Amino acid sequence: MSTVALTEAHHGSAVGREWSGAAPKRIVTGYGFWIFILSDMVMFSAFFATYAVLQGQTAGGPTGHDLFDLRNVAIETAFLLASSFTCGLASIAADTRNKSGFQTAMAVTCAFGLGFLFLEGREFASLVIGGAGPSRSAFLSAFFTLVGCHGLHVSAGILWLLTIMAQVFTKGFRSDIRRRILCFALFWHALDIIWIAVFTVVYLLGSAA
Amino acid sequence: MLGKLTWAAIPFDQPIPMVASGVVVLAILSVLGWGVIRGHLPYLWQEWITSVDHKRIGVMYALLAMVMLLRGFADAIMMRAQQSLAFHSQGFLPPEHYDQIFSAHGTIMIFFVAMPFMIGLMNFVVPLQLGVRDVAFPTLNSVGFWLTATGALLVNISLVIGEFARTGWLPYPPLSELAYSPGVGVDYYLWSLEISGVGTLVAGINLVTTVLKIRTKGMNYLRMPMFCWTTLATNLLIVAAFPILTATLAMLLLDRYLGFHFFTNEAGGNMMMFMNLIWAWGHPEVYILVLPAFGIFSEVISTFSGKPLFGYRSMVLATMAICILSFLVWLHHFFTMGAGADVNAIFGIATMIIAVPTGVKVFNWLFTMYGGKVRFQQPLLWSLGFMVTFIIGGMTGVLMAVPPANFLLHNSLFLIAHFHNVLIGGMLFGAFAGYTYWFPKAFGFKLHEGLGKAAFWCWLVGFYVAFMPLYVLGLLGMTRRMQHYDLPQWHPWLIVAACGAALIMCGIALQIVQLVVSIRQRAKLRDCSGDPWDGRSLEWATASPPPAFNFAVLPEVSGEDAYWALKQRAAGRSWPDEEPRYRDIEIPRNSATGFVCAFFATIMGFALIWQIWWMVAAGAIGAFATFVVFAWRDHDEDTIPADEVARLDRSNRTQRHAMLTREAAE
Repeated sequence: MSTVALTEAHHGSAVGREWSGAAPKRIVTGYGFWIFILSDMVMFSAFFATYAVLQGQTAGGPTGHDLFDLRNVAIETAFLLASSFTCGLASIAADTRNKSGFQTAMAVTCAFGLGFLFLEGREFASLVIGGAGPSRSAFLSAFFTLVGCHGLHVSAGILWLLTIMAQVFTKGFRSDIRRRILCFALFWHALDIIWIAVFTVVYLLGSAA
Repeated sequence: MLGKLTWAAIPFDQPIPMVASGVVVLAILSVLGWGVIRGHLPYLWQEWITSVDHKRIGVMYALLAMVMLLRGFADAIMMRAQQSLAFHSQGFLPPEHYDQIFSAHGTIMIFFVAMPFMIGLMNFVVPLQLGVRDVAFPTLNSVGFWLTATGALLVNISLVIGEFARTGWLPYPPLSELAYSPGVGVDYYLWSLEISGVGTLVAGINLVTTVLKIRTKGMNYLRMPMFCWTTLATNLLIVAAFPILTATLAMLLLDRYLGFHFFTNEAGGNMMMFMNLIWAWGHPEVYILVLPAFGIFSEVISTFSGKPLFGYRSMVLATMAICILSFLVWLHHFFTMGAGADVNAIFGIATMIIAVPTGVKVFNWLFTMYGGKVRFQQPLLWSLGFMVTFIIGGMTGVLMAVPPANFLLHNSLFLIAHFHNVLIGGMLFGAFAGYTYWFPKAFGFKLHEGLGKAAFWCWLVGFYVAFMPLYVLGLLGMTRRMQHYDLPQWHPWLIVAACGAALIMCGIALQIVQLVVSIRQRAKLRDCSGDPWDGRSLEWATASPPPAFNFAVLPEVSGEDAYWALKQRAAGRSWPDEEPRYRDIEIPRNSATGFVCAFFATIMGFALIWQIWWMVAAGAIGAFATFVVFAWRDHDEDTIPADEVARLDRSNRTQRHAMLTREAAE
């Protein structure tokens, strides 16, 4: 830090600190992935906005109040939050180069993720069988797309998780693999944040109406 | 087995697409054959196709754009010819074909000419201007380029296999819904743009990260060249806007493939939501295209006036203001929707406000030239042509931002004239300015000056002859996209417009001749100094073409116009005598990931369009496997030893030294 302060004083820059050159790879990768997550959030906000517009357009069909089972959603939420916790444990294990701890935590994360997907799949199947599929009304189109898009992200995340587990198994905690673990953790936590919004906007507000 | 695909998909009975695609296929085969016979394929594969060098990728982006410009222009000249003939007659293009042509023209020009041209120039120049060795994510950069190429390929495949959309360059529902567009045309459009949209997003993330995190020592934000600032603004817009396009097109796909009801007439669908969503992407897109051009003009005008950019900080502010304001005006694309007087007034005023930062920029450019030693070479000519033309386009834009006037002008040829006025006069002239300006940096020799100037004048005059009549026609009440008409008052203006298009064609022909002649006379046009225009920013501080590592020793920056300052310091004394200490340089290893991934994306896209589901699965598995193979590789960097760096750099230093000494003597 002192060198930075010195150069600043030396150059007398009017715009704060003197830039000291390209950032290290880990910072660059993490930063780029943050930008990707932001863009993903923008995509979700388009689906959220659409859902908000179409929420009342049930075309004489069932409303959220008729369809949503909050108990199921509560369990889904618990699974996802728990998986975020174990994902955090995996990151800690990666930082301390604890291979078995990492693999265990990732496996548990995967199990919670699969559990979440199973519950979501069961909910979707029961809706479709009950005549409340996505082509029933604009409301249901928007519902299936928004919630399903999150589910697709979770599925892709699980595929990614398994790939990383295999990589750590064969190659260990190489620096590029640790960067990928960092990005995966960001991705997985971001999906939690989006789920909180889905849970609130779709399920809580929807079943209240 | 093959989904909806049958022999009937190939239009054997229509001569125009068959001949056109025959020529294209022949051209591709002859290029490939030439490569095989002359033994160039290994070189192309190793040095270009698998390259992750930002300069090579930039050049390939620009090449893709120029080839697609020919395709888009072929559509344009057919449209102009049709409208000049179709008075009281059917012309030579039947309606269903004409509709495909104007849809393809718009789609190709925006997504596969304008976007790749700008992204290519940013890719090539920005790391050099920032004084660094590469972009943030080199392999991802290659993936982005090849996915863009996939989109372009799919659009062109639609020429022979099946059909393209007949819905215009933005597929407004309900016309684009399955009920009214049952063919594969809209699907071609949607999947091409979904795939190339991923490529664009990747490029955006890459360049934002590069500008924010990868700059050489001392390159503070307010010392960056203007082009880096506009690159930052553009790519922030890409990151924030393209996901909306992806989501919107995905909804239309769900409507078409799975019977969803986002934009349908029935079951509560809301088609006006499509207009809102698509323009929430579409208006920022306008600035995604024009902001990099503003950056290029800033560089060119300052260099060719021999002066620092006037009002650098106000230029930065104006750029970032446009970046934000561009998200607040989308509704002016559909004032006639009926949102009500209040909403229309707000968006009308917001639209006029956005003209203010643009005006600031124009004055800054003028004041940069004022009192300078202006050299009227090709890049500056394009910039001057831009300033005059763009101001006219901007003013007609402000006129249409007045909602009551808009009700008269909406969807008329006045609108067509306006946006061609800003897109050709703004973005395309910018791309050509950048092309002529940075070509010597990329290849080590200049483009032929006389032919370039001739091309410029054909383009400029051709533009006015082609598009000013369209303003008149718009005021005479002619709407856009008419296959034929019966009003005699329109006919002469359309003939004049067709002549303008012919003049532009001369301009394009001259540009091709210029490129060929320049390559043949490259020995005469060679630039050994690396600094042919007496430049001001760091890209001119290295050899032309730059070595793979860009800079043997990373430059340090202590103010604006970094290279200019260096030259000023050198003029006073002999510069720099002692050789720097060279070190080993690590550069990212070439990778076929981008190309292979795009290969599978092409298969997947084609299969999705024709609903060949097993092929979709095969493509998806292939793409995933490509990434796994990439992730498993053990060496991601090659090392260039210090001796080799020294050898490459010495000749550059000798030549540069000679030039600087010569200049100091003058």
